[in-house]
Amino acid sequence: MISYREVTKIYPDKSIALRDISFDIAKGEFVSLVGKSGAGKTTLLRLLLAEERPTQGQIVFDNLDVHQIKRSKLPELRRSIGMIFQDYRLLDSKTAAENIAYVMEVMGLDEATIERDVKEVLEIVGLTERADHYPTQLSGGEKQRVAIARALIHRPRVIVADEPTGNLDPYHTREVINLLVKINELGTTVMLATHNREVVNRLAKRVLTFSEGRLVRDEENGKFIVL
Amino acid sequence: MFLGVKRIVKSGTEKFLRDRSSTGAALVVMVIVLFVVSTAYILQGVASFLVASLEESVDVSAYFYDAVSEEQIFQVQEQLKTLAEVKEVEYVSKDEALSRFVELHRDDEEILEPLQALGRNPLRASLNIKAHEPGQYGAIAEFLSHTSFSEMLADVDFSERAPLIERLGAITVGVRATILAVIIALGAIGALVAFNTIRLAIYSSREEIEVMRLVGASNWFIRGPFLIQGVLVGVAASCITMLFALGVAFGISGQLEAFSGFNVTQFLLGNFFMLLLLQLIVGIGLGIISSIVAIRRYLQV
Repeated sequence: MISYREVTKIYPDKSIALRDISFDIAKGEFVSLVGKSGAGKTTLLRLLLAEERPTQGQIVFDNLDVHQIKRSKLPELRRSIGMIFQDYRLLDSKTAAENIAYVMEVMGLDEATIERDVKEVLEIVGLTERADHYPTQLSGGEKQRVAIARALIHRPRVIVADEPTGNLDPYHTREVINLLVKINELGTTVMLATHNREVVNRLAKRVLTFSEGRLVRDEENGKFIVL
Repeated sequence: MFLGVKRIVKSGTEKFLRDRSSTGAALVVMVIVLFVVSTAYILQGVASFLVASLEESVDVSAYFYDAVSEEQIFQVQEQLKTLAEVKEVEYVSKDEALSRFVELHRDDEEILEPLQALGRNPLRASLNIKAHEPGQYGAIAEFLSHTSFSEMLADVDFSERAPLIERLGAITVGVRATILAVIIALGAIGALVAFNTIRLAIYSSREEIEVMRLVGASNWFIRGPFLIQGVLVGVAASCITMLFALGVAFGISGQLEAFSGFNVTQFLLGNFFMLLLLQLIVGIGLGIISSIVAIRRYLQV
């Protein structure tokens, strides 16, 4: 479903973020990307969203070379991927419910469907009571749950989570990871970039380990081993 | 399509109402800019009024010998009216001239006494001629001295008044040019300030724009609400400025009118829609253009 083929990324300041990376992710997989800060995890995710272009190589999503897609068609690609960030990145001028509804509005879905689905997703993430609160009125854990709700509401084929538990305490971390596992069990592919050892070890799913821009380990039921 | 536009308008309106820091900053700056633009517009009105009243105060008079009959003078008057340069010709008979003179000097015995002693009316009948512009009096004087009427004329006071009229012409041209330069300078400064404020407001929204892009919003879906916010800021700023300008006008109208004869409140009310339109064009135009330019760089990827 997702294929990185001999991908190298060198930034204009000559720093090398990725060196000749190749791996495939099958539909429905849960893959953790681990490595120290600066190992290239975020760059990998940004390349998939076509936020950046690879210096060499290809990223294929559903048989389409992501970087051959016309700029005007990029929103369509991004709508089939749900993105979760460490710093939540919610729209401050919108309420929790409106943040979640935004993706569906972008897709042009009708109001009745949006209202029904937002209600349902708020229930799943346990935020029904906080629907009309603005991000500034929510705790870190609540914000991240809104972000997850936003990422999954339009039933994307893939959810990409970049350090989603980086700002959360252990209790909320477990909550967020449980949600991701639940989403994955329903058939959505999940790519999770993290440096949380406990999370990765508890998941016991496929782990890709990166170091200095190289893919150094690719294991099913992997453990968090960062050199 | 319709749903998309509706959502953009709704989202822009919410942004305008909720995003208080950027709306507030843009609104304050826009009101200042529009107030400056309105002041320039009023200044232009004051200048036109002053120039017009100065021009109004200028005329040339052609004085006729006593032997010339009223019919003949009327003929000259008719001829003068056919000239393109002539705006208005007023006939002042000998009697009328005397009564005006007496009225003018009614408290000045030193002047009136010799007149009474003279026992007759020494003043001449005349035609007071007003031109459309100060520069046209030369041509009118020329016409009077080169036609058959010249024999009837005892005097045309153009030559005495020519330097004053010329100077007045130069002053009106100067005033108009200065006002135009002031308007252009104020407009340019205002536009730059507004542009930069909106750019800063959008700069602070760059993360929000990035999120919108990453969840798959099209460029118009992202840009639209900012434009609507810009339009609403322009409209709100125009209304606030108009109220403010009217308030200030009511406050200073009395003193200004006593000083210059210009009634600023009357001018504002008379030009209300023109000024409002100008403010809306400037406000909305600045809002839209600055938003488009500022947001463009965040939509590149």
